[in-house]
Amino acid sequence: MNRKAAMKGFLAAAALAFGVHAQSADITGAGATFPYPIYAKWADAYKKQTGIGMNYQSIGSGGGIAQIKAKTVDFGASDMPLKPEDLQAAGLIQFPAIIGGVVPVVNLEGIAPGALRFTGAVLADIYLGKIKSWNDKPIADLNPSVKLPADPITVVRRSDGSGTSFIWTDYLSKVSPEWKTKVGASTAVAWPEGVGGKGNEGVAAYVQRIKGSIGYVEYAYAKKNKMTTASVQNKDGQFVQPDDDSFAAAAAYADWKTAPGFYQILTDQPGKTSWPITGASFILMYAKPDKPGNAAEVLKFFDWAYKNGKAMATELDYVPMPDPVVKIVEDTWRAQIKDGGAKPVWN
Amino acid sequence: MGADSATVFSPSMSASQVARAARDPNPPAQRRSAAPWQDWLFEHTTMFFAVFVLALLLGILLALGYAALPAFHKFGLDFFVTNVWNPVTSQFGALAPIYGTLVTSAIALAIGVPVSFGIALFLTEMCPATLKRPLGTAVELLAAIPSIIYGMWGLFVFAPLFGDYVQPVLQKTFGNLWILGPLFKGAPNGIGMLSAGIILSVMIIPFISSVMRDVFEIVPPVLKESAYGIGCTTWEVVWNVVLPYTKVGVIGGIMLGLGRALGETMAVTFVIGNAYRISASLFAPGNSIASALANEFNEAADPVHRASLIALGLVLFVLTFIVLALSRMLIAQLAKGEGRKT
Repeated sequence: MNRKAAMKGFLAAAALAFGVHAQSADITGAGATFPYPIYAKWADAYKKQTGIGMNYQSIGSGGGIAQIKAKTVDFGASDMPLKPEDLQAAGLIQFPAIIGGVVPVVNLEGIAPGALRFTGAVLADIYLGKIKSWNDKPIADLNPSVKLPADPITVVRRSDGSGTSFIWTDYLSKVSPEWKTKVGASTAVAWPEGVGGKGNEGVAAYVQRIKGSIGYVEYAYAKKNKMTTASVQNKDGQFVQPDDDSFAAAAAYADWKTAPGFYQILTDQPGKTSWPITGASFILMYAKPDKPGNAAEVLKFFDWAYKNGKAMATELDYVPMPDPVVKIVEDTWRAQIKDGGAKPVWN
Repeated sequence: MGADSATVFSPSMSASQVARAARDPNPPAQRRSAAPWQDWLFEHTTMFFAVFVLALLLGILLALGYAALPAFHKFGLDFFVTNVWNPVTSQFGALAPIYGTLVTSAIALAIGVPVSFGIALFLTEMCPATLKRPLGTAVELLAAIPSIIYGMWGLFVFAPLFGDYVQPVLQKTFGNLWILGPLFKGAPNGIGMLSAGIILSVMIIPFISSVMRDVFEIVPPVLKESAYGIGCTTWEVVWNVVLPYTKVGVIGGIMLGLGRALGETMAVTFVIGNAYRISASLFAPGNSIASALANEFNEAADPVHRASLIALGLVLFVLTFIVLALSRMLIAQLAKGEGRKT
């Protein structure tokens, strides 16, 4: 008898515990690895302020898309925006959360960071294996003042599927018709040339130790590892250096308003100071979420992050979304994310 | 872990002794069981555990096969013989990773087996007693290092040294030879199939050598001593007495190492270069099945891509199975010849 009572008490306590847990549930998300550091930082600060935690698993963009489609998470995250028709078919909406830049890095002795100049076409030809040596004419013509060695070029790229690769290959596709037809743009492609490193850190490690190599990494990695970056010619014909300002410029010039489903890839944007290899990371949510309460919490979180998370983003070398873009995004939330009674879940 | 792998083997030894005992012409009188249901319960519980493993294995095999269906459906048998891996156009073929897996494992065995044999031989036959323990423990500790550490070490320490000092020498020595030349072509940057094979060999040496040492130690001293007694050298004793006596265990140890080499993931990923290419040169970057899976599974959103990766997993499963089956057959073959020869 006694034991039974104890059991009952235990069950009740368990039910209570789980019940309470369900009520103040943390929001969950999964997806891209590229924005993970900033999402984690935002989540930490947000939890301290509001008591609501955000649990983000950086399992990769592909995984993020699969998880949100399986409805196991409140939001998915992807570096590669879904096409508007795919969004519609799945009943999803997407919006950009954070911006970052991808930069070419080289390992050449005696060359100062930023001294080397590239055009998109030359980068594409290097990655296609058509330009094989550092003193080949196309590179030498761009860099008359730099003394280039006669060493062979070792191309380094990502071995894992990644949003960074998507931004890079998307840029190369835009500036080189040959790259577009032969290779194309995706998180993983059939690389015609080079060795693959796993993750940004893998590429950074390969470039740092293979003499005469060229690779591409997220800006933060290049900065942290003090790697030799290069300037790249943008759509307006200017050679720009990669930094927060040139990334922000690219984001500002992008035409978010008319892009359906925010399907906007920030590579090769116009503008004198725009960095040509910029990309945004996207959040995926259901337009008619099963749990409007959770969806509202997610939107609250990102609203908070847009407004209060800017300094944190810059600290980690990301570029926060410009205010006008935030306004467009939040208008979209009101217009498109509805609960069962057609009421916006966030206001 | 090395000790574990050794004990994996000794039960099979004692199992054969048990089998021999079972064939004893004068079996002991039957014992009467006090509580028959206990025996029944014990037998069926343990049987359940054993069958559960089998069911799990079959389940994994079926799940892999089912999930890989879209890939087989689209590419058919071409999947195994085409060398293309293009996520953009959704064209996949497994030849390059299969090739890479086999080549790196072969390199690992080619280096690992002789070295392990030497280690085991030294530890059992020639080592001074004071060194025996520390050396044996050191070898076993190598097995306990997580593979990611081997990968990091391979990338940050081994690859630079290998690329700067070893590869140029290899290239200079063999680069112009008729057959060996093509094996050592390409930029000596420390990354590629050869580096991956060498790292793998370091990883499997503790497994193979500790199994070898354990089986060498069970050779009855009387056999060795009689060989020494008629004037055999240490080498002759090892080659003609120890090795024939322990060949089953030795082959088992090698297969254990090969199994690990085939499936090793993280360490290979770091140094193999991850390029879907089949190249005669061992300096060229390649790819292995396990490393391809580790690299791409996360971001494989396209169903055919995902199915193709799972199909790769299935290929690895089957490869490992074939290796195991071959080793069993080899052991059985050796066991058959045993009675007749001597």
